[in-house]
Amino acid sequence: MNRWNRVRQSVRFKTFMSFLRNPKALTGLILFSLFILMAVFAPWIAPYDPQATIFAPLEPPTWQHWLGTTGTGQDVLSQFIWGARTSLSVGIGAGVLSTFLAVLIGMLPGYKGGWVDRVFDTIANIFLVIPGLPLIIVITSYIHSAGPLVIIAVIGGTGWAGGARIFRSQALTYVSRDFVVAAKLAGASDLWILFREILPNMLSLIISSLMFGTIGGILAEAGLEFLGLGNVSVISWGTMMYWSDAGGSLLMGAWWWLVPGGLGIAIFGMSLALMNFGIDQVTNPRLRDTAPPEKTSRRKSRKVRSDVIHG
Amino acid sequence: MRYFVQRLGFLLLSLWAAITINFVLPRFMPGNPAEAMIARYQGRLSPMVLHSLEIEFGISNQPLWVQYGAYLQNLAHGNFGLSITYYPVPVIQIIANSLPWTLGLAGTATVISSVLGVVLGIIAAWRRGGKLDTVLPLITMFTTALPYQWLGLLILYVFGYLLGWFPTAHAYTATLTPSLTPPFIGNVLVHAILPASTIVITAVGGWLLGMRNNMINTLGEDYVVFAEAKGVKDRRLMFMYAARNAILPSLTGFGMALGFVVGGSVLVETIFSYPGVGYQLVAAVQNEDYPLMQGLFLIIAVSVLLANFIVEMLYGRVDPRVRRGGARA
Amino acid sequence: MVEDQPVLDVRNASIAYQTARGPVLAARDVSLTVYPHEIVGLIGESGSGKSTLAYGIMRLLKNGARLVQGEIRILGRDVYAMQKEELRAFRWLHMSMVFQSAMNALNPVLTIEDQIIDTLQSHQPQMTRREASLRARELAEMVRIDASRLSAYPHELSGGMRQRFVIAIAIALEPALVIMDEPTTALDVVVQRSILDQIREIQKVKGFSILFISHDFSLVAEFASRIAVMYAGRIVEVSASGLLDGDSLKHHPYTVGLWNAIPQLRARQLTLSGIPGSPPDIQNLPSGCAFHPRCTLADDTCRTSVPDRWSRGKSVIECHRFEVEEGATHE
Repeated sequence: MNRWNRVRQSVRFKTFMSFLRNPKALTGLILFSLFILMAVFAPWIAPYDPQATIFAPLEPPTWQHWLGTTGTGQDVLSQFIWGARTSLSVGIGAGVLSTFLAVLIGMLPGYKGGWVDRVFDTIANIFLVIPGLPLIIVITSYIHSAGPLVIIAVIGGTGWAGGARIFRSQALTYVSRDFVVAAKLAGASDLWILFREILPNMLSLIISSLMFGTIGGILAEAGLEFLGLGNVSVISWGTMMYWSDAGGSLLMGAWWWLVPGGLGIAIFGMSLALMNFGIDQVTNPRLRDTAPPEKTSRRKSRKVRSDVIHG
Repeated sequence: MRYFVQRLGFLLLSLWAAITINFVLPRFMPGNPAEAMIARYQGRLSPMVLHSLEIEFGISNQPLWVQYGAYLQNLAHGNFGLSITYYPVPVIQIIANSLPWTLGLAGTATVISSVLGVVLGIIAAWRRGGKLDTVLPLITMFTTALPYQWLGLLILYVFGYLLGWFPTAHAYTATLTPSLTPPFIGNVLVHAILPASTIVITAVGGWLLGMRNNMINTLGEDYVVFAEAKGVKDRRLMFMYAARNAILPSLTGFGMALGFVVGGSVLVETIFSYPGVGYQLVAAVQNEDYPLMQGLFLIIAVSVLLANFIVEMLYGRVDPRVRRGGARA
Repeated sequence: MVEDQPVLDVRNASIAYQTARGPVLAARDVSLTVYPHEIVGLIGESGSGKSTLAYGIMRLLKNGARLVQGEIRILGRDVYAMQKEELRAFRWLHMSMVFQSAMNALNPVLTIEDQIIDTLQSHQPQMTRREASLRARELAEMVRIDASRLSAYPHELSGGMRQRFVIAIAIALEPALVIMDEPTTALDVVVQRSILDQIREIQKVKGFSILFISHDFSLVAEFASRIAVMYAGRIVEVSASGLLDGDSLKHHPYTVGLWNAIPQLRARQLTLSGIPGSPPDIQNLPSGCAFHPRCTLADDTCRTSVPDRWSRGKSVIECHRFEVEEGATHE
């Protein structure tokens, strides 16, 4: 009981609660959870085998097939549910990888400073302006029919630059903060300071980097697979679009074959954006719907920060 | 001046990086893609062509630095090699034919989406909590997550096939001869509307949300409150005091935003069979025409880098702190 | 008599911030008058509500803060009864304000001259740019900056220069009241001194009234003719600065504490004493007199009941412990 009270008093819990009180954030969280559940429990939820070509082709939505059937007689709903697995895991995988690289490439040199920092910052800036999707397309075309893991590596490996710049500038502002200086004087190692003192303060940035990385990852994957650069026999929202376009679905008026994949991506992306919107409002007082006074809130946020550090 | 030199230096450095990535990729990718390609074309192309391809992609015993030198020298002379698909058309000629279409399409779409997004973002932030401010961010969260190809196909289906309002493919009607006459230009514009709208719809949200947040932050700045206190009228307050400052972070992120648009235009051009570099890139990828693919990627990267450089120069004009020395933004 | 019409008249004003747990009062039942040509100091610890009051007087409250009770009048006109455009035209013409942070009060992308001209032309649309430019030069001279600096951008100027230009903008339309919210806190001592001297000099020439907000008691005691002391959102004492001393029977114990915290250079021995404890959280105020937990004189009355307000002439005090003087009136 006592412990639960302590949790309830903790700043993080309060932040999380104020996140939940935001209707946009809550909607986002619910949508996001539904997608995740759908992907995890795909084998139990999907009404049919997604690959089985056993139904009448190009059947519009009916009670037997809520989202109709494909040109080869597969159940679109089952494909959509199974496709969520690939698309979400590739997207989230790419988001995690790019965020990890961004933290590594942005924060470490930013903290160390000097020429190492200048070199890495320049590299990040270059990667930022070299157009991502064309680069990904070129790389993937050299690798034939890339599977999901390779796609994660390519997307994550090229998409870290934006985050790296943000983490770097944040690390720079923290280097001279009192609590970091104090930890240094107390003899803490650089890694300890980075991961135990600085990183927790960037939690909201890391989460929003994960979210944007995931949206970007899903979109890039869908683009690659649509162009037929992925492994087209894997079921994902991207390959669903590929087959529906290759099968001329729209020419035959079979919109139900094309629509679900893209709509799934857009709604899932929106759920992440909604949650990110909520995080912004919790962490940036000015963006709050009804913000407390500027002065008090500034003091408060400082207090929150020191609580996070000491608590 | 220092700013100009600095940005020019960065431009040259990033150009070099793009060129080098292009050199490195086919040579260091697992499975030696270039060799695989040449093996596939064995017997279909003359031995002479195969040999020149071998040299171009480093399947020779020359040390890397010699290859790199030869590669740079070729580029300097505008020699991008010959396309395999359109053999023996030089890659540079395909680029010359397709680049204007992409510059026109992606360029126009970028200008429209950024101006539209920035203006709507300013208004949404200004009328904080109003109807527009409640609805617009929600809509844009959805539109920014729309896959380009999906939206493009639906737009093509609805406005091209079902309603028949706009042509469904190509940059202009095939029976017309390109010229700078009003009918031809009109024809080109009609063909560009659907692909451009696809890009604008997906790209406008990023600008809008970014500008709205910057604007809200700026509206809380002392200098805006001070200006309001001293009686500056709304319109001037909104644009000269708040928006002029709020737009600066959006401008620094321009290169990245343009990268997204260009990436999107690759997909959009493919869907609308729009004869730009994106369409050609996808065709080259599908035909494994590596010389063409390399040349196209390079030209896409160079265009984005140059556009970014131009915006950086504009940024210097908008922000006096950069123009007249002092703190670097 | 015209002379007696106050420039600023705050009557029973309360200002609340909207928070997740409901409204929180940052200023409670505040009454304060400033007469023509007068410099009134407003003193208090940070968080006591003095800046909130200043923004409230200017009707510039943001972020869910609003006037929930009382009136604020400038030259007899109710600031909160005005329409939007009326307020825009009135503000700065009759009352202006120097912000705490001169660093941030100037627009980084406009020249100083443009920002002064904006001020002038917003109120006098018929004024040509040329006339406005001439006036800007006059103003620069008045704050003793070379007119050539008018073409500079804020980042090209020192902190002192920026604050001088902010003052120039504040007096551009010769208002009757200038509120100065800690105008020199961000500056070093030497610059601080020279700016204060200049403010006083200009004030003598132009004759406007100043509401001078500060947490520096000695500075205000020297600068202002009357001092209002604010504690936890209330004005606990208003007194002529010449009458101030450490006599706890005549003044609020908090004022006495502030007084005793000033190093008295002329005194033979240097004795300094601070006020024990720390300022209260305005979301959770002590009962009775908000100062009682820190007051050495507090008794049960102080802990349970809010003290009455007594006034005599232009002086006011809110305390259970002082001796009621002859002629004091109970409000």
